[in-house]
Amino acid sequence: MLNIALPKGRLGEKVYDMFEKAGYDCQSIHEKNRKLLFENPEKDICFFWVKPSDVNIYVERGAADIGVAGKDILLEYEPDVYELADLKIGKCIMAEAARNGYIDQPQRTKRVATKFENIARSYYASIGRDIDIIHLNGSIELAPILGLSDVIVDIVETGSTLRENDLAVVEKIVDISARLIANKAAYEFKKAQITAIAAALSNQVAEREALEKTSADK
Amino acid sequence: MNLDESVLKKEEKTAFLLRSLYQQYGCLQYKMSKFEEYDLYAKNRDFLVSDNIITFTDTNGKLMALKPDVTLSIVRNTRDIPGYVNKVFYNENVYRVSRGSHAYKEIMQAGLECIGDIDDYNIFETVLLAVKSLDIISDENILSISHLGIIISLLKEIGLNDDEQKKAIKLIGSKNMHELESLCSTTANSIERVMRILMLNGSPDEVLPKLRQECCDEEAVAQLEALTAMLNAAGEGRRVIIDFSVVSDMSYYNGIVFKGYVKGVPESILSGGQYDQLLKKMGKKARAVGFAVYMDFLERYFENDNIYDVDAVIMYDDNTDRRALFNAVQVAMNKGMKVTAQKEVPDKLRCKIIYTIDKYGALKEKQPDNTLGKNKDYNNKEASNA
Repeated sequence: MLNIALPKGRLGEKVYDMFEKAGYDCQSIHEKNRKLLFENPEKDICFFWVKPSDVNIYVERGAADIGVAGKDILLEYEPDVYELADLKIGKCIMAEAARNGYIDQPQRTKRVATKFENIARSYYASIGRDIDIIHLNGSIELAPILGLSDVIVDIVETGSTLRENDLAVVEKIVDISARLIANKAAYEFKKAQITAIAAALSNQVAEREALEKTSADK
Repeated sequence: MNLDESVLKKEEKTAFLLRSLYQQYGCLQYKMSKFEEYDLYAKNRDFLVSDNIITFTDTNGKLMALKPDVTLSIVRNTRDIPGYVNKVFYNENVYRVSRGSHAYKEIMQAGLECIGDIDDYNIFETVLLAVKSLDIISDENILSISHLGIIISLLKEIGLNDDEQKKAIKLIGSKNMHELESLCSTTANSIERVMRILMLNGSPDEVLPKLRQECCDEEAVAQLEALTAMLNAAGEGRRVIIDFSVVSDMSYYNGIVFKGYVKGVPESILSGGQYDQLLKKMGKKARAVGFAVYMDFLERYFENDNIYDVDAVIMYDDNTDRRALFNAVQVAMNKGMKVTAQKEVPDKLRCKIIYTIDKYGALKEKQPDNTLGKNKDYNNKEASNA
C-alpha cells in the first residue's frame, strides 16, 4: 500500500484531481464522513489530508511514502526527501515587499517580518545584507504598515492584499509551486509504483503546458 | 551462569552480530573516550553531519567536546604505514543535533573504517561488509551505490561555476531534475545527456552497460563494473543498485559512495564511502574507505514483541510467611518465569498471571486486568456519539 499525503484545502483538491486523472483515483474520498484515510485496495494506494505545512513531516518520517508540498515549505524546513516533480499548480512567488515609496538604506540593518525565517535568512545572506528577523505567524502585511518592520518576506499570489494595503513587491526571491515529494527509503522499496506516479503526473503537467501554450498562441 | 539469548534485545543482538562480522574480517575494535579536544572537530566542521557540538572547558582550561563523530578521531590516530591497511570498527555513542527535533541527542553508531594503502580489494571488502551488515539487520534491504568521479566529470561537462555546482549537487541529491534543468539552462552546453546519465537507476546489470554507452569517466565506470562483479561473485550483489542521487560532501568524499536502506526505516540506516580528501586535509598520505550504521533507528525498527513486563506477580501481605514466599518465587523462577513479589500491583505493570499467597504459602491464581482503554467512560461517549 502506497501512502499519499495531500495538503488540505483548495490546492489539495486540485492535486487529488491530478491523481484521479492519472488513474490513481479513490472514490471514497468524495463521501462526506469523518474518516481520515481513503483507500483504494485495487490501485494499492491510500490518501489522507494533512495540514499543508505538515506534508513534509509525514513524508520525511515515512508515515507517507509520497506527498505534495509547496516549494515554500520545502525551502523553509529543508526536509530530507526526494523532489520528483514540479506539478506547476498553486503557483505564486516568495517575495520581499514593502510600503509604496520605501527606499532601501543599505547602511542600516533591515528589519524583516516573516513567517519564513529560513528562506529570508538564506536569501539575505546570499546578497550579503545584514538583517533583523521578526518572526510572525500571520497578518505579516501589518508589520511594515505599523512600522514594526521595514519589509516583509511572504508568499504573493495575486498581489491584491499588498495593493489594498499600499504595499508592493520589491524583489522576487523564488518561484513557488506544488511539488511531488517522496520518502528516500520508500522510494527504494516502492520504486516502480512511485516512479510510475511521478511520470504520470509529469506527463499531465507537460500536456497542460502544451495546451496553455497553444491557446496563448491563438 | 549461561547467557540466555532471549534476554538480549534485538538491537543488542544485532550489535553483537555486527561486531563478530567485523572481527571475522580482521577488524580491530576502536575504543575512544566520550570527549576529545574541540580543535579536532572545529577544523573539520563540514565533515560532521551537524555542526553543533557540545563543548565544555576542562580543568586545565582546554576546550573539550562531547564527540559528535568517531571517524575524525580514528583518522587522527592512524599512522601511515606503506602497504598496510588499518581496519577498525567501533560501536560508540555520539552526540549531535538530530535532524527532526533540532535538539541534541545521544546516538548509538556502529561503523567500520579502513585507512592506509587502500586498493580496489579494500573497497570491495568494505562494500561487502556494508551489504552483510544490512543483511544482519533485515532481509529486505538495498544498498545504493554511486561514484562521485562520474558526478564531478558530468558537472564539469555542464560548465557551472563553483556556487552553481554546489546547488547542482544538492539538486542531484534530491532527484530534483526539473530544477537542475532550469539551473543549467543558462549554460552553453546541452545537459540532456547529463540528465539522462543522472537519472539512470537500477541494478548494475541494467545501468552499467548504458553508462558504458554514454562513455563518461571510463575509469570510474570500470571501477563500478569491477566492484559489482566482485559482489556478484561473492553472492552479495542481489540487493545492490546504482543510483547517482547518493551524493556526499565532495570536499571530503571521492570515488565510491553508498547508502543503505532497510524496509520499515524511513531514512538511510547505513552511509559511507571513500574519503581520501579528508585524509589529505589532515595531512596524511593514506587513503580511506568506511561506513557508519545508525543504530538508533533499530530501536524503533525492532518492535518490542515482549508485551509483558513480568510473567508473574506474587501478591503477599504482612502476615505471609517469608520463607513460603521465597519458595513460591523460586518455584516460579525455575519454571522459567520472570517473577516479582509485591504487596500492590500498579495499573501500568503488565503481567501474565497474578498469584495471591496465603499465610501458609498456598498460591491462588487471579486473572490480571490488562485491557487497554481503561478510561471506558470516554470511549463509550465517543461510540454513542457516532
